[in-house]
Amino acid sequence: MEKFVQLHGLVAPLDRANVDTDAIIPKQFLKSIKRSGFGPNLFDAWRYKNHGEPGMDNSTRPLNPDFVLNQPRYKGAQILVARENFGCGSSREHAPWALMDFGFRAVIAPSYADIFFNNCFKNGLLPIVLAAREVDQLFAEVAVTPGYALRIDLPAQTVTTPGRASFKFAIDEFRKHCMVNGLDEIGLTLRHADKIRAYEAQRQVREPWVFT
Amino acid sequence: MSALTLYDKLWNAHVVHEEADGTALIYIDRHLVHEVTSPQAYEGLRLAGRKQWRVESVVATADHNTPTKDWDKGIADPISRTQVETLDANMKAFGAKAYFPFLDKRQGIVHVIGPEQGATLPGMTVVCGDSHTSTHGAFAALAVGIGTSEVEHVLATQCLVQKKAKAMLVKVDGALPAGCTAKDIVLAVIGKIGTAGGTGYAIEFGGSAMRALSMEGRMTVCNMAIEAGARAGMVAVDEVTVNYVKGRPFAPQGAVWEQAVGYWRTLVSDAGAKFDRVVELDAAQIKPQVTWGTSPEMVLPVDGRVPDPDKEKDATKRDAIERALTYMGLQPNTAIKDIRIDKVFIGSCTNSRIEDLRAAASVAKGRRVAANVKLALVVPGSGLVKRQAEQEGLDKVFTAAGFEWREPGCSMCLAMNDDKLEPGERCASTSNRNFEGRQGTGGRTHLVSPAMAAAAAIAGHFVDVRELR
Repeated sequence: MEKFVQLHGLVAPLDRANVDTDAIIPKQFLKSIKRSGFGPNLFDAWRYKNHGEPGMDNSTRPLNPDFVLNQPRYKGAQILVARENFGCGSSREHAPWALMDFGFRAVIAPSYADIFFNNCFKNGLLPIVLAAREVDQLFAEVAVTPGYALRIDLPAQTVTTPGRASFKFAIDEFRKHCMVNGLDEIGLTLRHADKIRAYEAQRQVREPWVFT
Repeated sequence: MSALTLYDKLWNAHVVHEEADGTALIYIDRHLVHEVTSPQAYEGLRLAGRKQWRVESVVATADHNTPTKDWDKGIADPISRTQVETLDANMKAFGAKAYFPFLDKRQGIVHVIGPEQGATLPGMTVVCGDSHTSTHGAFAALAVGIGTSEVEHVLATQCLVQKKAKAMLVKVDGALPAGCTAKDIVLAVIGKIGTAGGTGYAIEFGGSAMRALSMEGRMTVCNMAIEAGARAGMVAVDEVTVNYVKGRPFAPQGAVWEQAVGYWRTLVSDAGAKFDRVVELDAAQIKPQVTWGTSPEMVLPVDGRVPDPDKEKDATKRDAIERALTYMGLQPNTAIKDIRIDKVFIGSCTNSRIEDLRAAASVAKGRRVAANVKLALVVPGSGLVKRQAEQEGLDKVFTAAGFEWREPGCSMCLAMNDDKLEPGERCASTSNRNFEGRQGTGGRTHLVSPAMAAAAAIAGHFVDVRELR
């Protein structure tokens, strides 16, 4: 997994609540058996004026000029600012894959759906929770500030605005440790292989039907 | 010892290891696998040279991409076919306790076949790379949807890294009125607490109305726990649970059965157990529900009217209502019963079990699908559900009424196969998500119960199933 320590990145705002993973990456692109290549179809139904299918040349498709990510000032954005319950719905990990493939490294929102939130950490995409009024402030500032960029410091757990306002965010120690070091979670878990085997042995006695 | 919730008991029974910050390794008993969220996980194992930890924990099927007609012609879409064939190849290479591939008589929606086969048992932890895994909580199992990285993690380690959620009790007491179903209960719950109301919680559904539901009904309710934001929903064990499991192919037998049932009967919340949040609903007040917008929380009783954004003071909520009305092609204050439909979908992991098909057939019997309804699809949840329905003659009831009777699969719940809405088409659907584009780009979904979907098919617009002439 890609490490995440510090990031100074351009911000794009997505001002709607309850953005679901069907919107982030529509179902027709879930037929891929790869982890990469989803970026051109991120927010496909909102981003393009025509219907997208796998295998299309996305560079020739008509763009929806009203969709925020199509505005030139947000080109190259690495931080997405969003509203509450971001990533609700389907468990598809293709959603964080698509966000990462597009170039995002962090999302900032007042809240997330649980499965999406969890999936982000497995891929080096940092989902930051800030208070609703702090997110409101970011939306207000980015709207009036071309080139608006934020500085994210994961070890310090801070988001700093160009005006030097600094917002602290919370994160589980274990997740932070894995993100900062880019650790392979399976490798970490397998350090406990003996414990897993011991657990299985006692469960087999207690609930043998689970193991047949 | 202090009183424990059902969730406490399930959690405690599966903790292998716990970090200082509360992050725990939870042992996984049953791993359900399907073709969409597993290829990258198996590839990950292969690339890292890792072995599968416990082959017998895996039960797999192909459901999301499979067509619902012309099975003799195979899967026409080459990309869908590749994904299904990739699962075939992974099953061959890595193995499983059971694999029900495309065309197998026992194939079906993963959340239908798990319980049907007795692969889902009380007291188990169940995972699947699918958010509707919460369905299996109906068996007093701790069942959660996971992402593909977690699928790989469970394949490699038999464990899931989790932090314990908070516990919520949704207590539904009273007698559900005739014509109302489990689907109406869960839509009413989502309407009450919102799509993020259960975020960070494991929800136990209790109360006399829940106890009165069949296992099929309980599965419908737990299935949509995720639509309330909760990764897990669950119902305590009772006679209904035990009777459903008995005699299933993978259920324990003989002396082990007795031992298992003895343990399963402890899988209830203790009297006085503390929940972080309790939500109460009076079942007698629930009416048939219909969603009007693009989020499951945008739901109303069938006698309601679509909201007027001008009456909403909160700006973000007003924007959401306006956006939803525009997408859905609806005017403010429209009566739900005046909304005409183009298509009907009866199926999905929410509502494709035998009881759902019986409820829909009882409405369709002796009637005809309205002329303005272009397509009314009935897609059984599994090959075995289909066979059972055919033995009961339900297929004939549906086809005589003008419905199409199809092969099992996820079908138009998420439209990964050929069953989909065209832009602007409006559908009465028994599925679980009314998101923009969910059933096809530009398609408009209204979530309802199977009886209400059948009634809408007959009337050509939404109607209270109890008033259908």
